[in-house]
Amino acid sequence: MTVTEKEVSRQILQLSGANANLCIRCGRCTAACPVAGQMDQKPHRFASLLLHGQADTLLRSNSIWLCLSCMACSERCPRGVDPARLVEGVRQYAVRPRGMAHFSPDQVPDVVDDEMPQQALMAALRKYRK
Amino acid sequence: MKQYSYFPGCTLKEKARELDLYARQCAEKLGFSLQELPQWQCCGAVYPMASDEIAPKLSAVRALEKARQQGQDLITVCAACHHVIKRVNDDMKQGGDIADRANRYLGFDTPYEGQTKVVHYLEVLRDEIGFDAIRARVEKPLTGEKIGAYYGCMLLRPSGVMQFDDPESPSVLENLLAALGADPVEFPMRNECCGGYRVVDDAQAAGHTARRVIENALKNGVEELVTACPLCRYNLKKVAGGQIRVSYFTEVLARALGLLKEGGINA
Repeated sequence: MTVTEKEVSRQILQLSGANANLCIRCGRCTAACPVAGQMDQKPHRFASLLLHGQADTLLRSNSIWLCLSCMACSERCPRGVDPARLVEGVRQYAVRPRGMAHFSPDQVPDVVDDEMPQQALMAALRKYRK
Repeated sequence: MKQYSYFPGCTLKEKARELDLYARQCAEKLGFSLQELPQWQCCGAVYPMASDEIAPKLSAVRALEKARQQGQDLITVCAACHHVIKRVNDDMKQGGDIADRANRYLGFDTPYEGQTKVVHYLEVLRDEIGFDAIRARVEKPLTGEKIGAYYGCMLLRPSGVMQFDDPESPSVLENLLAALGADPVEFPMRNECCGGYRVVDDAQAAGHTARRVIENALKNGVEELVTACPLCRYNLKKVAGGQIRVSYFTEVLARALGLLKEGGINA
């Protein structure tokens, strides 16, 4: 049985643990985001797209790979929506199915250098795959 | 001498040895000691935000429980370890579904409910030792050195949980630098992201983010940056191109306290 986009959106909202209903689309999250300029879906659109059952737009976006989890959006949200959790919810939904990882341990030798901290690889493996 | 349960973390055992070593040496000089937790495990580097994630939080809970058994506060130096452990501790304190399931899985004699106090090394310097006491121990003041404090993200945000400093206008590092005799330089990008783990996925994009921080620091006359995060240091150093030295705050502290010998690390 295929899962409808509306159902996927609902599952992502639940997975995120954030309360998207509080969002007033003020855009402060996007203003705070250091990489919003390169995102094809800006942070302030996550809440409304998920509430309107349009998760596919977000799952296809580059935004979930550009997000740095720097928490600037969540810190500066005047409504306490915690947009970083919404982005994380979409990202997790994208990487959890088998074979859908954005990064693989096989790529480590290509990216690592003598100074790269263990922390970087650990974080990437947690963020880009499951 | 107050003793802390110490969670060093993986990076401090490897690529960021100087962050660990100077932290230990400076602590002894300033009158507290770091007792490394037995059999600690990697914190996971990033806080697992999804509402159903329990397994990636267990290593933090184990560390917190060990510290509770010792009756000690849990201290970290690495900004990432501190971030993860502090937020997981908050989850355990809130006592929701995650705390309940983590406790049932781990099966401690008494449930862990966030009893351990999680402190970052800088908080101990500020709140327990005090900058006046530190100033009194300085042997080689950093007179005239224009040092910029780079906070990054993880120590400050989300401020409701981290409660580390004012998230938009932090001061602990500048106050420390001033106590060491340096000339702290505040620059606007000191609490903006360095590019983080993105360097693994797209080094060029991460470099772009880091470069904004370095350019802003240069514009404000910073000659050296200090940080508590190995990944921030890595990203910033990569793009600094020798224009700005990027150090751990513990290196600068050790320098001022006269603990740094010629030729680098004091093994």
